[in-house]
Amino acid sequence: MGIIWFCLVAIMITVYVLLDGFDLGAGAIYLLVAKTDEERRQVLASIGPVWDGNEVWLLAAGGTLYFAFPALYASGFSGFYLPLMMVLWLLILRGTSIEFRNHVKSKVWAPLWDFVFCASSLLLAVFFGAALANVVRGVPLDASGYFFEPLWTNFQLGDDIGILDWYTILVGVLALAVLVMHGALWVRMKTSGPVSDRAAALARQVWWAVLALAAVVTAVTFQVQPQIRENLTTWPLGLILPLLAVAGLAGVQFELIKHDEPKAFFASCLYITGMLTSVVFGLFPMVLPARNPVYSLTVNSAKAADYGLKVGLIWWIVGMILATTYFTYVYRSFAGKVVVEKDPHGHS
Amino acid sequence: MEQALGIHRLHFAFTITFHYIFPQLTMGLALLLVYLKTKYLRTGDEHYNRSAHFWARIFGINFAIGVVTGIPMEFQFGTNWAAFSRAAGGVIGQTLAMEGVFSFFLESSFLGIFLFGEKKLSRIGHWFSAFMVFLGSWLSGYLIVATDAWMQHPTSYTLGPRGEIQLSNFWGLIINKWALWQYAHTMLGAVQTGCFVMAGVGAFYLLTHRDEAYGRTFVKAGVLVGVIAALLQLSPTGDMQGKLITEHQPVTLAAMEGLFDTQNGAPLAILGQPDVQNRKLDNPLEIPSMLSFLTYRKWNANVRGLNAFPEDQWPDTIALLYYSYHVMVGLGTIFIAVMVVSAFLLWRQKLYTTRWMLWILMLAVPLPYIANTAGWMTAELGRQPWLIYGLMRTAQGTSPKVGAGNAWFTLIGFMGLYTVLAILWLFLVYREIELGPEPGANLDPETAVLIAAD
Repeated sequence: MGIIWFCLVAIMITVYVLLDGFDLGAGAIYLLVAKTDEERRQVLASIGPVWDGNEVWLLAAGGTLYFAFPALYASGFSGFYLPLMMVLWLLILRGTSIEFRNHVKSKVWAPLWDFVFCASSLLLAVFFGAALANVVRGVPLDASGYFFEPLWTNFQLGDDIGILDWYTILVGVLALAVLVMHGALWVRMKTSGPVSDRAAALARQVWWAVLALAAVVTAVTFQVQPQIRENLTTWPLGLILPLLAVAGLAGVQFELIKHDEPKAFFASCLYITGMLTSVVFGLFPMVLPARNPVYSLTVNSAKAADYGLKVGLIWWIVGMILATTYFTYVYRSFAGKVVVEKDPHGHS
Repeated sequence: MEQALGIHRLHFAFTITFHYIFPQLTMGLALLLVYLKTKYLRTGDEHYNRSAHFWARIFGINFAIGVVTGIPMEFQFGTNWAAFSRAAGGVIGQTLAMEGVFSFFLESSFLGIFLFGEKKLSRIGHWFSAFMVFLGSWLSGYLIVATDAWMQHPTSYTLGPRGEIQLSNFWGLIINKWALWQYAHTMLGAVQTGCFVMAGVGAFYLLTHRDEAYGRTFVKAGVLVGVIAALLQLSPTGDMQGKLITEHQPVTLAAMEGLFDTQNGAPLAILGQPDVQNRKLDNPLEIPSMLSFLTYRKWNANVRGLNAFPEDQWPDTIALLYYSYHVMVGLGTIFIAVMVVSAFLLWRQKLYTTRWMLWILMLAVPLPYIANTAGWMTAELGRQPWLIYGLMRTAQGTSPKVGAGNAWFTLIGFMGLYTVLAILWLFLVYREIELGPEPGANLDPETAVLIAAD
């Protein structure tokens, strides 16, 4: 039962990264690819009806994590106290900027929110990457089952570690590059005209950065977290996941050259899925590795009692069928490229 | 750690109080939007559809702030209350996860369709999207109240080997009797906020002689729904809540009422200041024997006072609990009076021209917010010193490694950020009211600006 929920939570987090990933990425490249007010409204319109629903996956995944692995939720969230609070502030600023930007017509109002939107999206991408890296690297859990990480210490991977060290920063930058690519491919697919062209050019350029960073991070990660190599040796079938990632990344460039926009975006989805599942596979059965492996939280030590997990499976499946139905409906009704009416007031 | 406890409590209290400003309006307005859309569906009168559009814009602003301030609530269970989460996550995580899976997906999907998709939908289709938004937000309310109700009145659990609390009966958690009454009482409070805001804006239009047709619609909708909600708020829902507290949290009842001595025919204190040090109520204005009657339906029933309980069982902020409770009840009584008089004038067809009554309706807008806040304070302060009533003390629930300084830092951060949000909120809502239901050339319609997909 614990393993089932381990997989389900992993799936939910992956879906969250795929969906909110493209609107975070679209935010991070927002000022770069959209210059005029009309162009910016094009980008916003491409994520407007769906970003809130995408973010719900974070809440739903968080809630599911909470009831399936309460000990993990408690240790992880209190240990990452400071960065999580900052993530909350950034999420608040970002949501506010998307919703309020178009409420007032003024030469300062929209640009102010444009900046907030872009900056918060960019920082969130880095934070989420660094958070993942913290989990992979392991946290200073002790016998109490808790830890508290300072924001940074000496940026080394020693005993006295912080949220930010060279490894987590590196992964944070990779995450930004990946989501920039992902978001650019989305914008390329959903918009038209100069915005779409700039996004395509950006996606092609950042692809090389993703390739280089991913190669370095992969090599380093095998050193930082030995469990990954161990799992791949024990279950060689798991190699299919990193291969999926490689295929996805190659597919992005291939489809970009062929100008098949939806396929390029889906290749990017494949790449992200392959990468995240590789990590999850590599960490199993740990859910939160500790620097001292004795204190690592595992599926069995963190899971809730079986009765609750069994009941949960029933309502979870029902709920997910409903959610998938709504999402299919919403995405279909907003399918195709967005069209934004010319600004009737002539503001730029 | 003693010091950190207080800050963690304030952290949650502040963020949840600010957050609840928004859902109480959107849950109430969701019902009223369905009312307006139903009117439109049945009469075909465009007037009702434009009324719905106007309120949908205000709904949208409030909903957005409600969403962004809601995310920190789920996070804080883990960040600030880790020991509580570790112990009880297997139970209350159920309802919280269900909220995400069942109501947030529903709400966010159909809100997008409701706000952006009218052109593509039939009239019934658009009515349906409004109804689904209503359903999603009310379901969300239920799952949150069920979570709190379990903390007030824990049922359907067993204790595991490591002291963790395990769910033993799913339906017992979902259909907790405490949850049913608390939900009805909470939602009526939300409906009253929606009604007072709608009637208040309508009164503003009538008093300033602008958009008067809309003003009449808003006042009428607010008063008609509001008078029903105000009466049901008192009885049976408020009454039943009181009975549950009498039965399961007698020490809370004594603290709420400011009753120190156990007595037959206990009086009901209308006013007065609890003096906890000397264990008495200063300057009381009391109705003799009334408390006995209200709690047990017998004039000389025995009601236990605080002195009947050991002091370590007492709620730890008795004065604040007492004042919160009295503010809630006092305002609830005023709401009944305002709504009944308004409804009477409406029936006599005098309400739209009775300026003093319109003034009262307009000025009453902040009051339901205060009453709802005071009501939640009564519930949560009354639960103290327990985090899960009778099972886990609040002092045992905090994150062991998150110290006072860090909690202060983030609390102040939230205060600053929420101040900015509050200013933006007032500014944007005022702007919508100022633009009015027929903005004409004044407003660049957001629907056109934001989304026009083919």
